[in-house]
Amino acid sequence: MTKLLPILGLLISFNALAELRATGDLGVVIEREQGNALIFNTSQHKQLAKIEQLGDLSHASVVFSRDQRYAYVFGRDGGLSKIDMLQDKLVKRIVQAGNSIGGAISQDGKLIAVSNYTPGGVKVFSSETLELVADIPADAGDGKLSKVIGLVDIPGQRFAFSLFDADQIWILDLKNSKKPDITKFKDIGKQPYDALISSDGRYYIAGLFGDSGLAMLDLWHPELGIKRILPDYVKDDEKLPVYKMPHLEGWADTGDYLLAPAIGKHEVLVIDKRNWQLVKAIPVAGQPVFVMGRPDGRQAWVNFAFPDNNQLQIIDIKDLTLQKTLTPGKAVLHMEFAPRGEEVWVAVRDDNQVVVYDTDTLQEIARLPAQTPNGIFFSSRAHKIGF
Amino acid sequence: MKKLLSLMLFTSCAFANDPPSERQEVLRNLLKHDCGACHGLTLKGGLGPALLPENLQGKPDDFLVTTILEGRKGTAMPPWRQFINADEALWLIGVLRKPK
Ligand code: HEC
Repeated sequence: MTKLLPILGLLISFNALAELRATGDLGVVIEREQGNALIFNTSQHKQLAKIEQLGDLSHASVVFSRDQRYAYVFGRDGGLSKIDMLQDKLVKRIVQAGNSIGGAISQDGKLIAVSNYTPGGVKVFSSETLELVADIPADAGDGKLSKVIGLVDIPGQRFAFSLFDADQIWILDLKNSKKPDITKFKDIGKQPYDALISSDGRYYIAGLFGDSGLAMLDLWHPELGIKRILPDYVKDDEKLPVYKMPHLEGWADTGDYLLAPAIGKHEVLVIDKRNWQLVKAIPVAGQPVFVMGRPDGRQAWVNFAFPDNNQLQIIDIKDLTLQKTLTPGKAVLHMEFAPRGEEVWVAVRDDNQVVVYDTDTLQEIARLPAQTPNGIFFSSRAHKIGF
Repeated sequence: MKKLLSLMLFTSCAFANDPPSERQEVLRNLLKHDCGACHGLTLKGGLGPALLPENLQGKPDDFLVTTILEGRKGTAMPPWRQFINADEALWLIGVLRKPK
């Protein structure tokens, strides 16, 4: 027995070694149709696990706990799933609404907020237990509940979101989570369809489907209210049909400029953050969906709505010109940069692949199999405001 | 025009104007993913309303065909006439009306 013990000890420690896993460079790839989440080691381009049966993930997004151990997956069907990326398992899944669009994690990591279409509103849960902490119906005053979009975390243990059907922006303060405080901004412009928060957490900007321009709230000066920026850009009657709403999350916030997708025009807008004037409208291949800045701010990568969704265009921020057009495959839905930007992962739905590019040479490095992938989320998001 | 439409409806019920099978595949894929972007992959709704059989009940085919081809002004429903013809739209409505 005494002889056996050291061997046993060795076996155990060997085992523990094999199972050690750091989570700072993990990524989650969503398989839209199957409703799965794949966990990848993003440095090794290696799939580690598949977490199944997460419901309808046709419009899914993911946020991460700040220790980067847990991934919270928001599904279309109101599902909220907590995945343990250390142990490759589903910790808990709840269905908290009939139809939802996305979510956010609070500044301190303790709260998960979900924005819902039906019933329209925001629900807030404990990130530990997924128990309900606050229920905020988006009742605009007429008894009807509005769809909620553009939910983001903002500094001060608060969330900001917009009411698509009621033309409002709300700030939800949860410093005292038992007594949520709401500040409402009304008549912000018609049909806000998505919103973004600047990387410093200062500006909340909602895109407007039914009006020209964007609605901007300076969170350092809430008393100034909503400012309409680019008010003359794209009048309603010049708008091209929009086959997919642009996403403002992941926008390119690069130095003095903010790059955002135009709506109803095949252009990427370059806005000067110092005076909120349009610097340039860059013509692109179609209706942009995501305009994502490389972490160093030197490039923006743009994908497109149907029927131009086989393309990907790269804008060089140095001179605000198109650098290259890539055709990764059929239905390019989403992109995610490595934390420092040397690679970008691209979800190509109809080809059942994630394509990895070197962002310097713009050459393809790898193709990773995934069934109808529609979203890629790296755990480095854990430490960024608005992700 | 009304007569012509109902005639068209009639013939399409008799499969005469159904798109060829490979086109049907393309249309099903379009319905699932591109219509699904707003109406949901399972058509239970999203930014656009649910398109399940009970939601379409009582709404005439020609009204829905026009909605698909022309879109609805002032709403997020875009016109699809560039990509889908009237027969195909009618066939899609048949697919939507069928209980799943
Ligand atoms: C960009 C978003 C969007 C896309 C993409 C979209 N729709 Fe719609 N659709 C809507 C909205 C919003 C409405 C509701 C319009 C209204 O308020 O009257 C609608 C309404 C409809 C209706 C009428 C429903 C009713 O009960 O009257 C039908 C049918 C329909 N869409 C079919 C389609 C089909 C088929 C496609 C794909 C070829 C499609 N839609 C793609 C947004 C969209």
